[in-house]
Amino acid sequence: MNKLTQRIDKERLLLGIAAPLLAVVAALVVTTLVILATGKNPGAAFSDMLTYGSASDSQVYILNKATTYYLAGVSVAIGFRMNLFNIGVDGQYRIAAFFAAVLGGALTTPGWISIPLIILCAMGTGAVWAGIAGVLKVTRGVSEVISTIMLNAIATAIIAYLLQPGKLAELQAGGTVVSTKPLPQSSYFFQIDTGAAGELWGFIVIAVIVGIAYWFVLGRTRFGFDLRTVGQSESAAAASGVSVKKMIATSMLISGAIAGLIGMPTLLNDSHQFSNDFPVGIGFTGIAIALLGRNNPVGIALGALLWGFLERTTNHLEFEGYDKEILGVIQGVIVLCVVIAYELVRRYGLKRQQQRVGAELAAQAAAPTQKQEVA
Amino acid sequence: MRRVAKLSAACIATAALALTATACGSTSSGNDSSSSASAGSSKGGIKIGLAYDVGGRGDRSFNDSAARGADKAAKEFGGSLKELTAKSSDTEADREQRLTDLADAGYNPIVAVGFSYATSVDKVAAKYPKVNFGLIDAVAKAKNVDSITFTEEQGSYLAGVAAALKTKKDHVGFIGGVDTPLIKKFEAGYAQGVKDTNPKVKVDVQYLTHGSDFSGFADPAKGKEAASGMLDNGVDVIYAAAGSSGNGSIEAVSGVKGAWAIGVDSDQYNIPGLAKFKNSILTSMVKNVDVGVYDFIKSVHDGKPLTGNQLYSLAKGGVGLSTSGGFIDDIQPKLDEAKKKIVDGTITVKTS
Repeated sequence: MNKLTQRIDKERLLLGIAAPLLAVVAALVVTTLVILATGKNPGAAFSDMLTYGSASDSQVYILNKATTYYLAGVSVAIGFRMNLFNIGVDGQYRIAAFFAAVLGGALTTPGWISIPLIILCAMGTGAVWAGIAGVLKVTRGVSEVISTIMLNAIATAIIAYLLQPGKLAELQAGGTVVSTKPLPQSSYFFQIDTGAAGELWGFIVIAVIVGIAYWFVLGRTRFGFDLRTVGQSESAAAASGVSVKKMIATSMLISGAIAGLIGMPTLLNDSHQFSNDFPVGIGFTGIAIALLGRNNPVGIALGALLWGFLERTTNHLEFEGYDKEILGVIQGVIVLCVVIAYELVRRYGLKRQQQRVGAELAAQAAAPTQKQEVA
Repeated sequence: MRRVAKLSAACIATAALALTATACGSTSSGNDSSSSASAGSSKGGIKIGLAYDVGGRGDRSFNDSAARGADKAAKEFGGSLKELTAKSSDTEADREQRLTDLADAGYNPIVAVGFSYATSVDKVAAKYPKVNFGLIDAVAKAKNVDSITFTEEQGSYLAGVAAALKTKKDHVGFIGGVDTPLIKKFEAGYAQGVKDTNPKVKVDVQYLTHGSDFSGFADPAKGKEAASGMLDNGVDVIYAAAGSSGNGSIEAVSGVKGAWAIGVDSDQYNIPGLAKFKNSILTSMVKNVDVGVYDFIKSVHDGKPLTGNQLYSLAKGGVGLSTSGGFIDDIQPKLDEAKKKIVDGTITVKTS
């Protein structure tokens, strides 16, 4: 019996690794073909990506980018685990970062008060924004896909309305950049100085904490169990006494609160203000990364790092004379390959399981004397 | 159920990715010729680094204008060119990386095209004090930076005068790429020019994207849609200050008889990619980014690099209206009169 469970676990582990490996290999093959089609040498491109991507300043860049992407991935994954498709992470983090920046610019308190306040403000704003979709879903049955994507547009409009000189923003010298009032120096989040390689954002610590909390809450608490149960079957969850509506509302709020954190590394470690060149679209990147990481806290981290690596190195590929569109191709292909590979591996695993169970049953039927041992 | 959700998620994610990829613009031609043979191989020539805004070379508008200036300088001084282009998902780190890559590879001067580079130029310029940087459309603080800015509102005022004189329905339109202060300068000048010429003319204003979503500068489909909407509302002259999105607007206008498009940044009548629609291009508000870029590169080549803020005004020929096609020849005296008034200060054009 012991041996049997061990064998299954090993096989499951193998299958688990096979899927992402298959995806990456397939993505590599497709990318090679694309580069070949543009008449360039793919080998040189890959070796350039490796050497450039492993440089120390690249590592810092990748970690900084991955911090943001990881938070985005986790935020989306919380929804996914619940079978909720929070496509509105993009609007949630932008509106959260905006209001947090406004608050941060207005605060004159010392850093140890301001920084938590800014972060809480961001989480709160994100939660409220996602909560609107949650309430609509619970009370009126509005699909969260529709409502959150609409809320993205509304968030954009609200920010565009308030981010005007004379409202909540000011015009910078040169007359081309509008931004909120910059945070005072004391509200900057700590950074780790790595010398020539640049500064590693301290917010990576928060990202790790979020990752651990995500793993713990979902995997080790009653709440997490309820959440996953609702995600797998609403009726079964309801039958076993879980309030589905409450779970939907809560998970939407949590997803939104984490989404509120996405803009924080940029705000507290880098730009220190919300201007009209604040990065957009990270919410959608988060969807890709959550898919890539299979909603697993470690998987999402790997996905986020891969994304950062790809962006860093393809930026450089453009410098080396390759087409800059390569990045979009590689990312798209990886996401597609991952989804297909997981589906293939899942079906293969299912078939193996059926075969094994069938074989066991056949063996039992053929040798009734052994039955006692097995049972 | 779960699988359906997953699949749809995948589809949407890839669609989003594909969209961002296309939003970067397609400029696979043209920019390869100069890039591969550049590093180190140029003998004594000047090594010019160019970091474009979204859209890049081939946007037939703003970036192309900068490219022309750099091309001219490179040809004249026997130099080489290296070009990099921004994505709409860029963060500060990406812009810094682009400039740092160029500086590391020994490119000098380096021209940052577009106001998004304002902060990153300041940071990178401080790190490379011996490299000369040019910054278009924004003002930097670092000492080794030449900030090249233009009085877009003055040129747009003239565009407004032309629009007011040419409209038959007393209804004109303005399409802005993104509602940034820079594009608002275009709008303000245009609206003032229209009103000063004929107060009865109505001006419709539409921005393609808002806030920090810069895709409005590189999305011809959006430009086309906005222009079609305006044309349906009875607008018959459309001025689009929207980077490559303006191409879509011009295309939409060309489909309506009697309607005019006003181009921006480059003389769009003479852009080969827009040749099909050129008979609908009334004029273009030319912003001579090429002159600014060329002057800057020349100054570096001559050993006296420009620094501080170079303001290219209407008086200095930094902005103006193109006359290709001859569609505004009949109203030229009135345009000259307006231009004279702006230059001598009788008219002050608002910037917002």
